[in-house]
Amino acid sequence: MSVRLTNEAFDPGALLAGFCEGRQEVGAVATFTGLARAEKGSAQILELEAYPGFTEAAIGKFADEATARFSLDDVLIVHRIGQIGPGEPIVFVATASAHRREAFEACDFLMDYLKSRAPFWKKEHGPDGARWIEPREQDHADIARWE
Amino acid sequence: MFGPLRDLAGWRERDIEGVASIAELRAVLGLEDPVLGEALSAKGVQVALDQAVVRGDAALAARSEVAFLPPMSGG
Repeated sequence: MSVRLTNEAFDPGALLAGFCEGRQEVGAVATFTGLARAEKGSAQILELEAYPGFTEAAIGKFADEATARFSLDDVLIVHRIGQIGPGEPIVFVATASAHRREAFEACDFLMDYLKSRAPFWKKEHGPDGARWIEPREQDHADIARWE
Repeated sequence: MFGPLRDLAGWRERDIEGVASIAELRAVLGLEDPVLGEALSAKGVQVALDQAVVRGDAALAARSEVAFLPPMSGG
């Protein structure tokens, strides 16, 4: 199980290839990549802040929960911090399990957590200045469906 | 200080001496900067002591790390 924060651009394809390499016992690997999205066509920089140590530990706890709940063989989570341009990958999740149902659901579960409760603070830099983003109602609903 | 609290405070990290509890720390910061003081007590702001979230007040040791965490927006 690996959780990594990085200031630098990552390559989701390379991460997936590395994650799959050498696995002979595992039947299913599911993956998700989140990309920074420009709102309304304006080139916006997304800035993500984390609390070093604390953020990784909090995400790690959820990765442990997913591992137990969905019988995972392995999980990899890589998350950008710092300034991120439109179209750049922000987050990568890969889950490995014996069967596809668990791998898919674990990936979904982890993404709902990462989008709504993970210890990040998000700022959007747009043409009119910068603003901090508040959690969306939809994100709270997403988390609730796993309870 | 993280997120909007850091912008409000104008600083990210500081060493503060002579406070024995989180409540005292808030009071000291609030005396210096009343707007910040109010924001630190706002609904949804969590406090972490040595990287573990604490509810309510807690005593501070000689070298404690206290973090004020605004509501998290996720990544």
